[in-house]
Amino acid sequence: MEYYLQLIVNGLVVGGIYSLVALGFVIIYKATKVVNFAQGELVMVGAYICFALTVQLHIPFIWAFLITLVFSVLLGLAIERMILRPLIGEEHISVIMVTVGMSSVLKSLVQLFWGTQIKVYPQVLPSEPIMIAGLPVAPVYIAAFALSAVLFAIFSVFFKYSRTGIAMRATAFDQQAAQSMGIGIKNIFAMSWCIACVVSAVGGVILGNINGINSHIGHLGLKVFPAVILGGLDSLLGAALGGLIIGVLENVCDGAARQLLGLGGFREVAAFIILVVILMIKPYGLFGTKEIERV
Amino acid sequence: MQGKCGLFFTSYRGEAQIFPSGFQKTMVGLFLAALCLLPLTLGTHMISIMNLIFISVIGAVSLNLLTGVCGQISLGHGAFIGVGAYAAGQCSLHGVPFPLAILTGGLITAMVGMVFGVPSLRLKGIYLAIATLAAQLVLEYVFLHGGALTGGSNGLLLEPPKIFGFSFDTEMRMYFLLFTFAAASLIMVSNIMRSKYGRAFVSIRDFYLSAEIVGVNLFWYKLIAFGVSSFLAGVAGGLWGHYTGYISAEQFNIGLSISYLAMIIIGGLGSVIGSVFGAVFIVLLPEVLNMLANVLNAFIPDIAQYIVALREGVFGLVLILFLIFEPEGLAHRWRLVKAYWKLYPFAH
Repeated sequence: MEYYLQLIVNGLVVGGIYSLVALGFVIIYKATKVVNFAQGELVMVGAYICFALTVQLHIPFIWAFLITLVFSVLLGLAIERMILRPLIGEEHISVIMVTVGMSSVLKSLVQLFWGTQIKVYPQVLPSEPIMIAGLPVAPVYIAAFALSAVLFAIFSVFFKYSRTGIAMRATAFDQQAAQSMGIGIKNIFAMSWCIACVVSAVGGVILGNINGINSHIGHLGLKVFPAVILGGLDSLLGAALGGLIIGVLENVCDGAARQLLGLGGFREVAAFIILVVILMIKPYGLFGTKEIERV
Repeated sequence: MQGKCGLFFTSYRGEAQIFPSGFQKTMVGLFLAALCLLPLTLGTHMISIMNLIFISVIGAVSLNLLTGVCGQISLGHGAFIGVGAYAAGQCSLHGVPFPLAILTGGLITAMVGMVFGVPSLRLKGIYLAIATLAAQLVLEYVFLHGGALTGGSNGLLLEPPKIFGFSFDTEMRMYFLLFTFAAASLIMVSNIMRSKYGRAFVSIRDFYLSAEIVGVNLFWYKLIAFGVSSFLAGVAGGLWGHYTGYISAEQFNIGLSISYLAMIIIGGLGSVIGSVFGAVFIVLLPEVLNMLANVLNAFIPDIAQYIVALREGVFGLVLILFLIFEPEGLAHRWRLVKAYWKLYPFAH
């Protein structure tokens, strides 16, 4: 029993990071209808920038973190302006493939600068585990979870009350109507890429603090798909819940497969088997908007 | 179809030919003859590159039938090719003759492809892409943990193919075998595209609701598209497995699916000749990079390792540039070139 409780707690932590990455994905999809296959690579870039600032340039962690966020904003602007804007109005497959191309460019740049070895962040939080309900949990996990929760709260408020947030929601709902009301669509697109890059970078920094980073953490981006499909491609709440649920399910399935069937590495596919089941039963997820088409 | 200047059709049959003019037939004949003579003049390394191109042509044209013609995005094509490789490999290992093994591999892949194609009735566009992504990752896991069936992480070792006792054990012999298969696949897909099935696929791609209203059975035709496409993918996989003599799970990862998608995008979606262009381009890209690295290495030491590290990035960059500047692919450029020469030097 304790084994499974531990699995659930670990799953929640990983799920928190999935939620953050999924949040970036959903924000881009909601505003621009672009499916971003490079979400994991955005996480990776954020993690490496923060690593370079703290370890190689010896900047205090907090400042390094803030500079990483600024860098992410610039990266988001650059990506939107240079790569995505020429493709407005193109077919699904073209837009998907341009993000795929972007992901391999980002990945190879990171490998060029930092190699493929695992890099470890300096310890920011104490390593003494804290006991929660009889289970030892590392403080960095708790901080990670809290940070994700805070970011979600901030973005919920942002989308609900701020002018920009409302403009973004209007754009998502009907681009033409939003444009005719004087909303600058292009700015909204740029803004959504910036936000997506920022939340992904935060996810990357958290991940770096937990496990260290290597150039394969881009794979995390693939785990986002089950999470957002479960939650619904265009729902913030869905992204949050989907990430947590997938994180927990994946961890529990992996643990169960290891214990009961003796299968290793089940973690890699558990989420995708869940994904296929969700797609069959409820293709638009828990909170996604149903696409209704009429002739 | 637009004919040559002064080429007028008096029957539908004449217009529906693959090569409508005598000039085209002659040129294609000459090209095929040149391809038959080519290996006699090339070194082993160049022939092996040609062999990889032939295999990629089969894979690319099959994916183009599904994604370019029928509009069903598949991110699982690499895994389907893997299914074909393992299925044909297992047949060969159990003593089935080579042609039959390839055929069985194709049929098994067709069945697997159709199973993963079933969700296509409910899912469209991006949702289908993600469903096929799931298929890719699940199949990859099966390859790696398939026990005796897939050899697990050890993979399978295969003998060179044999037809009636004639062993295709050199690059040159494989060249002609793969050339035959590639040409047959191209003819097959060209013919499918101008048949009732091809027109139904195009109508589904263009607008599925109108297609259904004019009487196209969406489920049946989408399933057929998945089936035929996976069949050819399986053939490509079977040939690849027998050609390299070794099958392992890493060969059929998501990167392979993506490079096949890149081939059809760079070549031109929905175009048979585009699949060929794309396959040639993507297979040659790393070779050209290697050559470039060797040349530059003489002037700037250590640059080779950077270029090799950047290989994946160059691939991504090429893909991005193509999508931005040449979204219709090389096939479109080819049409423009042909149109230019058609009227040259009098543009009227």
